[in-house]
Amino acid sequence: MMLNIETLKVSIWRGGADGQFVSYDVPRLDSQTVLDVVTYVQRSIDPGLSYRFSCRVGMCGSCAMTVNGIARWTCRTHVSKVSVNDALELAPLSNLPIIKDLATDMSTFFDKWAGAKGQFRGERTRHEDFANVLPSSAARKAADAGIECIGCGVCYASCDTVTWRPDYLGPAALNRAWTLVNDERDVVGRERLRAVAGDAGCHACHTHTTCSERCPKGIAPTLGISGLKRVTARAAVRGELD
Amino acid sequence: MSAATQAKLWYAQRISAMVLALCVVVHIVTILYAVRGGLTAAEILGRTRGNAAFAAFYVLFVLSAAIHAPIGLARIAEEWLQWRGRLMNVVLSVFAAALVFTGLSAVWGLYGG
Amino acid sequence: MAGSANTARRNDRRARGMPGYWAFVVHRLSGVGLALFIPVHFWALSKSLQGEASLTSFLRWTDTALFKFAEWGLVCLLAAHLVGGLRLLLIEFAPWRGVRSGWIVAMVGTTLSVAILLAALMMH
Ligand code: HEM
Ligand code: SF4
Ligand code: SF4
Ligand code: FES
Repeated sequence: MMLNIETLKVSIWRGGADGQFVSYDVPRLDSQTVLDVVTYVQRSIDPGLSYRFSCRVGMCGSCAMTVNGIARWTCRTHVSKVSVNDALELAPLSNLPIIKDLATDMSTFFDKWAGAKGQFRGERTRHEDFANVLPSSAARKAADAGIECIGCGVCYASCDTVTWRPDYLGPAALNRAWTLVNDERDVVGRERLRAVAGDAGCHACHTHTTCSERCPKGIAPTLGISGLKRVTARAAVRGELD
Repeated sequence: MSAATQAKLWYAQRISAMVLALCVVVHIVTILYAVRGGLTAAEILGRTRGNAAFAAFYVLFVLSAAIHAPIGLARIAEEWLQWRGRLMNVVLSVFAAALVFTGLSAVWGLYGG
Repeated sequence: MAGSANTARRNDRRARGMPGYWAFVVHRLSGVGLALFIPVHFWALSKSLQGEASLTSFLRWTDTALFKFAEWGLVCLLAAHLVGGLRLLLIEFAPWRGVRSGWIVAMVGTTLSVAILLAALMMH
């Protein structure tokens, strides 16, 4: 067993939007994740610390925070990968209202998924046969590329266009919309294109690729958004969005 | 402004960008070619006066720039200066008109003058 | 306390430190530079093109250091904006080949080469 002689200097955002960073000393352990550090502070130093997590294995998408200035999921981020001079700065995600400490209010984020018509609507019932979707078709591949999103909000928190245009739907919702535009079973295509067009939708995106760089699932929302830009612009020219 | 209009503006900006990309390359190559051995006014005007192909090319160039640049500036004004609505449309339309006017008078000067 | 604060934090430079973001910044600033400079360029041309005599005096003016420097700057901006813009168009109209990071290198490379070559040509 290793001796805990090393400590990590951790500063954590406390309070609401008008809060401040508070410093804590946390023992440094082998294979320690950032989430382990937060959990240590809550269990051993200040039980009042608020944060979210659930699965601890990168599946639920609830543990994302700003780690040394960059949005990350914390359960799958090793301290060794992100600490600078044995120090960590932990803040709630940007671009979302702070509830308290490390917890943000994600409702706008999810409302925008709904706003982008992020729900699947098919027309078959359980009494009908399965749809046969060819795995090799271009549409299926495009949908597959974005389908693994876990809704963690890392891309949304990293996107400057969201900061500049608070009504912008953002990368996650648009990535979801693109998977559905490419789902041949879905029947509300036209309405969805109408929902994602324009400057509150895909056409606001400036292709910074920050979202794609940061997505922990390796998804590139930038590319799906590019697809939406073309498809909706063509639909607009044909008068299909009026 | 409706989302459909915004989508069309986006498209207009991208298509004008493609046209500009071609125009810029042709323009630069021509200039470099013309500059070899120095420029005289008689030479330039000799090539451009009454040259319809020349005039058509630069009219296209000017009009593309007048579509492309104001749409681009509008996005910046919205995002960095928080401009919205009527005032911005007026300012940028004036800017577009100024581009068309100055650009076309330069072309006219070389073609007709 | 909880819930009373409804403002969000904003990112700082650490969140933006990657090539794609800086390519955006260069593309945007070069776009603004071009948009400001091009009307001046047109205006100067149209002013001076009211006949051969005035064109000659215009060309004499173009021999001045200030004019040369401005034109040099314009072409550099154009080079950066052109290559960066082509990258964006490729991503937007042919996204199946990814985010074209190589084009960012090309953007830097082309702009620097144009800057140096053109400066050399003009000094000549
Ligand atoms: C050389 C060919 C050109 C190409 C390929 C090109 C391409 C582009 C593209 C794709 C954008 C969209 C960027 C975005 O929304 O994030 C853009 C923006 C812009 N362009 Fe161009 N452009 C060209 C020439 C010009 C010229 C000649 C001007 C000025 C007269 C200009 C001024 C602008 C401005 C002001 C923006 C807005 C920048 C922003 O939103 O970040 N461009 N350009
Ligand atoms: S590429 Fe588009 S969605 Fe992604 S960070 Fe940039 S503006 Fe936001
Ligand atoms: S696209 Fe990636 S970063 Fe964005 S919410 Fe989905 S998993 Fe998270
Ligand atoms: S706790 Fe579920 S993704 Fe991190």
